[in-house]
Amino acid sequence: MSGAELLALFGHFALLSTLSVGGMLAMAPEMHRWLVDSRGWIDHVRFIDSIAIAQAAPGPNVLFVTVLGWQVAGWAGALAATAGALLPSCTIAFAAHRVLARRAHTRGARAFRAGLSPIAVGLMLATGWVLAREADTDWRLALVTVASAAVLLRSRINPLWLLAAAAAAGAGGLL
Amino acid sequence: MSRPVVSGPIVSGPASLRELFFAFTGLALRGFGGVLPWAHRVLVEERHWLTREDFVELLALSQLLPGPNVVNLSVMVGDRWFGWRGAVVALAGMMLAPAALVLLLAVAYTAFVDLPQLRGALRGMGAVAAGLVIATGLKLAVPLRGRPVAMLLASVAFACVGLARWPLPWVLAVLAPVAIALAWRHEGRRRGDAPGNGS
Repeated sequence: MSGAELLALFGHFALLSTLSVGGMLAMAPEMHRWLVDSRGWIDHVRFIDSIAIAQAAPGPNVLFVTVLGWQVAGWAGALAATAGALLPSCTIAFAAHRVLARRAHTRGARAFRAGLSPIAVGLMLATGWVLAREADTDWRLALVTVASAAVLLRSRINPLWLLAAAAAAGAGGLL
Repeated sequence: MSRPVVSGPIVSGPASLRELFFAFTGLALRGFGGVLPWAHRVLVEERHWLTREDFVELLALSQLLPGPNVVNLSVMVGDRWFGWRGAVVALAGMMLAPAALVLLLAVAYTAFVDLPQLRGALRGMGAVAAGLVIATGLKLAVPLRGRPVAMLLASVAFACVGLARWPLPWVLAVLAPVAIALAWRHEGRRRGDAPGNGS
């Protein structure tokens, strides 16, 4: 892939980064349109696989962008796509945090934080709900979700044990 | 440069950039099916770098801004304790090791993608990951008890995004100004709570 194409990859992902309220996964349809339909750099199956790989791996979901870039153009592609996806949004996050920090004790900043906090909680629960609807394709999986939430609320158990147990049960054909 | 940003009980931060880096690497590498629950566990419950209220406030700002929530959060936490160097280090801690790992997986993926055991294991882990996010959400909801307006806002956000599946930017564009305006009035009333200042 040429330098100009890498720059285009960086630039397009950087543009999407500035729009990605709700995370880069919300931008996946536009990435698909651009990478698969418009540029033809990867095919549909590879695109879908990139998201699946990133979701199976630990780490932020935004890593699907890294895998996409890697599928398109190897290491250079991975770097261009990831930098594009993160530089703008991280810069905005840094600046917004600074602005708010400087005014931390003004009435406006307090209202901003106090008003948004309940929404953050509601959105966290919405994420859990959406994940559960996707993951729990039958009653046994739904039971695993409910039981693990209950156990995690009532004990200080390390969630890795629950993940390992469910992975073993799933691999053994129980789920 | 250590400058606590939000009000609340004093918490002690990371001793060094190195500690910051490895804390974020550690929590990212445990984040199967979502890093946010691990960010909460490590930053609030294990290391006490943030109170639960701090965490929710930074999360709220992260959600409002473009970009992955947990990545925005890492930048803010890093900035909070070490300024721009902290932001860079926390971001690098969050991304570097998981990126290397995900690319290794991408190489291995085609060889193992059709193994039924692997598919089964991922199914099981997905179900637990959802439970983990729900449990974290419920823990964060505890401080909302006894605050009817806050509980209503949380419920509306949940219903619009979780149940109705409306696009997040639109929901935030309507709900966030309303919530901030309500909080603004409440803050004003609190300040005017002095005796003789009834309104």
